[in-house]
Amino acid sequence: MLRQTITAARLLAALTLLTGVVYPLVVTGIARLVAPAAAAGSLVDRTGRPAPPAAAVGSALIGQDFRGDRYLWGRPSATAPRPYQGDASGGSNLGPLHPDITAAAEARLATLAAGGAAIAAVPVDLVTASASGLDPHISPAAAAVQIARIARARGIPEDRVREVVRRHMVGRTLGILGEPRVNVLLVNLALDAGD
Amino acid sequence: MSLLPLALALPPAASLVETFFLGVILLALALPLGLHVAAVHGGRFTSRTRACAAIERALLRLGGADPDEEMSWQHYATAVIAMSIVGVLFTYAIQRLQHLLPLNPDRRPPVAPDLAFNTAVSFVTNTCWQAYAGEATLSHLTQMVALAVQNFISAATGMAVLAAFIRGFTRSSTATIGNFWVDLVRGILWVLLPLALVLAVVLAGQGVVQSFAPAHAVALVEPAVDGAGTAVTTQTLPVGPVASQVAIKQLGTNGGGYYNANSAHPFENPTPLTNFLELVSLLLVPTALCFTFGALVGDQRQGWALLAAKTALFIPLVLVGIAAEQRVNPRLAALGVATTPSAEQPGGNMEGKEVRFGPTGSAVWAAATTAASNGAVNAMHDSFTPLGGLVPMLLIQLGEVVFGGVGSGLYALVVFALVAVFLAGLMVGRTPEYLGKKVGGFEMKMAAIAILLPCITTLVGTAVAVSTAAGRAGIANPGPHGFSEVLYAFSSAANNNGSSFAGLAAGTPFYDGLLGIAMLIGRFWVMLPVLAIAGSLAAKKHVPPGAGTLPTHTPLFVALLVAVVLVVGALSFFPALALGPIVEELEFSGAARPLAT
Repeated sequence: MLRQTITAARLLAALTLLTGVVYPLVVTGIARLVAPAAAAGSLVDRTGRPAPPAAAVGSALIGQDFRGDRYLWGRPSATAPRPYQGDASGGSNLGPLHPDITAAAEARLATLAAGGAAIAAVPVDLVTASASGLDPHISPAAAAVQIARIARARGIPEDRVREVVRRHMVGRTLGILGEPRVNVLLVNLALDAGD
Repeated sequence: MSLLPLALALPPAASLVETFFLGVILLALALPLGLHVAAVHGGRFTSRTRACAAIERALLRLGGADPDEEMSWQHYATAVIAMSIVGVLFTYAIQRLQHLLPLNPDRRPPVAPDLAFNTAVSFVTNTCWQAYAGEATLSHLTQMVALAVQNFISAATGMAVLAAFIRGFTRSSTATIGNFWVDLVRGILWVLLPLALVLAVVLAGQGVVQSFAPAHAVALVEPAVDGAGTAVTTQTLPVGPVASQVAIKQLGTNGGGYYNANSAHPFENPTPLTNFLELVSLLLVPTALCFTFGALVGDQRQGWALLAAKTALFIPLVLVGIAAEQRVNPRLAALGVATTPSAEQPGGNMEGKEVRFGPTGSAVWAAATTAASNGAVNAMHDSFTPLGGLVPMLLIQLGEVVFGGVGSGLYALVVFALVAVFLAGLMVGRTPEYLGKKVGGFEMKMAAIAILLPCITTLVGTAVAVSTAAGRAGIANPGPHGFSEVLYAFSSAANNNGSSFAGLAAGTPFYDGLLGIAMLIGRFWVMLPVLAIAGSLAAKKHVPPGAGTLPTHTPLFVALLVAVVLVVGALSFFPALALGPIVEELEFSGAARPLAT
């Protein structure tokens, strides 16, 4: 057993060097070469284009907590202490019959209705918390229900907002994988850029 | 008539296409990989490729292992244990000392002792239960040299034990079952490492982070004011060597996430394509090993039969899972929101799910990750509908044999196969045989230990937790769902899965300790009996098949095997499931009823 333990320790040291140091370094090297922006976190600047960390206003992959009437709102987020807390990912973990699910949805619906949304048109993804708490997307229906409010707050025609949303709509990959979706941050950046 | 099936509609056609697509791609990749693994563990790969043989020998010499040594099963088992003990100590030490070590740009303090113990055991046993929140707890170095290394070693250990187990069938009248060090190193060098390298690069190209930088602090587009009146102007985005970690976490059926939200986190799983690749990866090696098994025992029909049994258990449960998550929470429907799935919205149960995956992508993943003993999640199982949560829980409780962990899933299924031939032997009054070896009393005793100890650990652990104040303190949800959280936790730990109903506050000394012990029992009290069976079978002579031999590649045998797995699982867990998801389902359907009028 002693001899085997020594072998185990030496082999662990060798394998640690190989799989714990060399392997991640090689992956990092290749990633930096072939996809530097993606490997760095898909950071974007105010124009929505890839940017270095210093000029970044967010990541195209990570949602932010938008509340103003001028902006498209993302999904509810259950992260603590604030919604869309970037360094504390997680869901609500509420069971389907937990009373807080209904209470949170009711509060959310009230806010949406105050902005003029028709409750019967609000899709379920816009009143439920995501798994990561950082979901960058909402469904196309969830964007559609907010268009009138955004247009009114910005004083621009609804069609212009609709056009910006449409340009940021992504369908299923290969027609079968995933769900149709809209990237909230990228829509808002495009709206702010005035196109 | 039963109420439960009526409550489910047929899964939508798109989800069936997606599942079929998954099956086709998986099979196309698993077949060649399985044959490659057979060449690796059979020794043909290195004897053909001189450069590889040289690298392999150099690595073994570095470790001080003799590549030509043959081990008895006891010797093999102590080598496995020695590697695991050294692994736990090292992983524990790195976590405790991470504040003094390099590559800690975000200045994480040392991990608390109970959490460090739990995490060390969790990764060494291939469970990867996440009591830690990666982005807040662990340094880059800890993720790399403590966790990722064990992702490789624990998976390769599972493959090694499977290879040794197979030698029990293929060898005769010998006292030895191979060399653990050689099997371990081969699995890493020639199977896991090349696969992980390719997958990691593809994932990084798709947006999975791979960086040694400290967390980015980005200026928010719309600054906010927090509860205390202070302005919040930035969002902190922790990064790290994520892609390299995620690749092996999926391929090695480990499942421990870089981030707290695991593969639901956009930096860990940013697109439907990465989701599909990660899904295929977590099923790939367990599927391929069926063909490895067939190749090494010299009869591919045996491998196909085992794969058929796994598939027969898997497909119905996936479909139930998809249908269950397509259901709308009746309490939300009552608020009047739009719930019908369409091209405009996913509909269904979206609490704890990401829009890019939707209910279907999340339900398929939940079934796969629990079938395959992976435990990575792309949605929060705690927020699934009652039947949607029952599916992953049941797949774990069936003993992690429906695909199962890398190596461990297949050797556990073969243990069930031994029970099946034994039962058939009892029925017709013949000595049972499997693959030309007589199955005797010793093998059956060991099989009983391997099958029953994880069940007992799950049930006793759950009972202890719900009957003590420390255990109940961790429960997050009221009613039967709270019980489900505890039952899921012990099922997951004792069967080395690692997923959870994550509302359970498991980062306490009580749960860290108890679940840590459950993980150790679930790993080694299956592995050691399996090695004992291997040793006992290797010592026996081959017997030629006779008129009374039950063929083990026929649909009849597949049905028998599936029945044994289901009966053991159902009898052990039905009473406990009745207290959790089943009673919750009755409440859930009950809440829906007034709406039907």
